[in-house]
Amino acid sequence: MSAPVESPRQAPPLLTARGVDVVYEPARGVRIWSVRGVDLDLAQGEFVGLVGESGCGKSTLGFALTRLLRPPARLDGGSIEFDGTDIATLTGEALRRQRRGGFALVLQSGMNALNPVRTVEHHVRDVLRAHARPGERWDRPAARERARELLAMVELDADVLGRYPHELSGGMRQRVSIALALALEPRLIVFDEPTTALDVLVQKAVMGTIARLQAERGFTALLISHDLGTVLEATQRTLVMYAGRIVEDSPSDALRTGSHHPYTEALLACYADPRADEVTLGGIPGSPPDLSLDDPGCPFAPRCAYVQDVCRVVDPELTPLGRGRAACHVRAAEAGLPVPEVERVR
Amino acid sequence: MSAEPLVVQDVTKVFTSRRRGRDGRRLRVHAVDGVSFEIAPGAAVGLVGASGSGKSTIAAMVTGALRPTSGSVRFGGVDVTALRGNGLRGYHRDVQMVFQDPYGALNPLHTVGYTLTRPLENLLGLSAADAAARVDELLETVGLTPARQFAPKLPHQLSGGQRQRVVIARALACEPGLIVADEPVSMLDVSLRSGVLRLLARLREEHGLSLLYITHDLLSARVVTDEILVLSGGKVVERGVTKEVLQHPRDPYTERLLDAVPNPYAEAET
Repeated sequence: MSAPVESPRQAPPLLTARGVDVVYEPARGVRIWSVRGVDLDLAQGEFVGLVGESGCGKSTLGFALTRLLRPPARLDGGSIEFDGTDIATLTGEALRRQRRGGFALVLQSGMNALNPVRTVEHHVRDVLRAHARPGERWDRPAARERARELLAMVELDADVLGRYPHELSGGMRQRVSIALALALEPRLIVFDEPTTALDVLVQKAVMGTIARLQAERGFTALLISHDLGTVLEATQRTLVMYAGRIVEDSPSDALRTGSHHPYTEALLACYADPRADEVTLGGIPGSPPDLSLDDPGCPFAPRCAYVQDVCRVVDPELTPLGRGRAACHVRAAEAGLPVPEVERVR
Repeated sequence: MSAEPLVVQDVTKVFTSRRRGRDGRRLRVHAVDGVSFEIAPGAAVGLVGASGSGKSTIAAMVTGALRPTSGSVRFGGVDVTALRGNGLRGYHRDVQMVFQDPYGALNPLHTVGYTLTRPLENLLGLSAADAAARVDELLETVGLTPARQFAPKLPHQLSGGQRQRVVIARALACEPGLIVADEPVSMLDVSLRSGVLRLLARLREEHGLSLLYITHDLLSARVVTDEILVLSGGKVVERGVTKEVLQHPRDPYTERLLDAVPNPYAEAET
C-alpha cells in the first residue's frame, strides 16, 4: 500500500481554496480554461512554491488568490477562504479592507510594477494613504519614516527614497516592490517570478532577502516560478502545476529523491550540476495542451514517457505518493492504489 | 561558409557619460578592459559573468555594432573595426547574432517565412522563388517541421522555444561562419532550453559553425562551450577549458557564480 502521507501542517490554514476555476474570454465564444479545479491550503507562516512552464496558469492562480484578476480573466467557480472570510465573492470596499494586513502580490518586473514618474517615497506614501484606517493620517514625515523602515527591511539605503525607478538597478527595483508589498503588513505575500529578470548573483541576493523576511516576520509566502531549482532552495513545500491543474504537491526536500509525477521528473531532469564530470540536460518534448479544448484524460499524457491507455481517458486526481501527493494513474498503480478500468469508463 | 578564426586582441571600450564628476570631467565607464581571445573555426567560446561585466559590449564589438576604444577585432583577414557601410554588410554574411529575447527580436507583423526571406534576399541576393525554397530548408534545419506549416505563422502563434528557433534560422540564413548568441535561452522555460542548446551543438557539428556564447548561466555554458572566459567589471578574471574552470575555479568570483546557480540537487549532494 501507499506510504503514509506526512502529517500535514500543524498550523491552521490561513488560506483555503477549493475548486478554483479561472477562464479567459478574450473574444465572444472563445473560452480558455487557465486554472481548473485547484484545491489549495496554505498554513500560517508556510513558504510554498508553485512551479510550471509558461502558460500553465501559475500566475493566473496567484492573481486569483489575491483577487487581482482583470478581464478577460475571471474567477469562474470555487471558493477562496482567507482567515475565515470567503474573499472570492468580496467586492469594492470590503475587498480593499481585506488587503490591509491581508494579502499582497509582488510582480515579476519591478519596472512594470512601479510608476516611472514617481519617486520611491511617493509610491510608499500612496500605498499607506490608499489603505489608511479610518482616522489614520499619513502626513509626509510619518510616511517618510515608515518608508525608511521598509527600505531598511529590504536592505536598501534611505537615499533610495528620493529616486525614480529608472535610477535603480533591476535588483533594487525588485527590492522596492517587496518593500511596497510589506507596507501593509500582509499575512500572505504571493511572489510572482520575483527574480526571473535578474542575473544569478542578484537573484541569489534577492532570494536571500525574501527568505530572511519570511522567517523573521512569519508571513505566509507563495513563490511562483518556472525555475524548480530556485523553488526547491527556498520553500518548504512545492506545488507543480501543469495545464491549469496542480499535478503534484510534495515537501520540497522530498522532491530531490523518490517517486514523482512524470512531469516533475522531467522538470528535474532539466537541471544538472555544472561541475559534474558528465553533464546531460533533459528536456520535455512537445508542448502543453491547448487550454481552449476540453480534451479528456491526463493533460500530460501526450508528452509522458510512461503513458497508459487509462491516461488518455480519465483525468487523474491527486492521490498520496511518497510523502506528498500526485495526480498520476501510473504512479498510483505502482503504489497499489486503485486505478479506473479503461473499458468500464469507455 | 568561410572557415576563418575570430581574433579579438586587447579590446577596450570606454563609454563617456554626459554626467560630470566632482572634478568637472565627464564620467567614464570602462565597460570592457583589455580583453583578448580567439575562436578557431568550429570552436565554441563562452563569455560568462553577471550583469554589467561587459559580455554584451564584447558581442556588439564582435558583430561590428560598436567600435572598440582601442584594440582590434579580426575575422579571417578582415579588420572588423575598420568596416563601414557595404563592408559591414558583407561581414554580416559571415557573422550573425542570436538575441536573448525572441519576443523582441521578431517583428510581430511579419510571418516566419517573410522574416527568413529578408536576409536571403538582402544579403545573398536570392530571387523570391529561391528564397522561398531555402526558407523550408532553414525551418527543417532548426527543427520546425513540417516547414510549410510554420512559414505562414506569425510570432504570437509560436511558443518561446519555437520563436527562438526562428531567430536561429534567420541567423543561419546566409550560412555564416560565426554565430554570436547573447543569452539565447535565458528567457525560455527550462523544459525548452536543452532543445535549443542541442540545436546549437548540432549546428556546430553539421555545419562547422563557430560560436560565441554569452551567458550568466554556467550550466548552459558547460553544455555548449569548449572554453570559457569569466568576466567581471570588463576584465577577464579567469579563463580555460570549460569543464576545468567549473570543476576547479581559481577565482573567487567564478566560485560565487557557481554557488548562485539554482540546482535542485545541490543539497542532496552536500
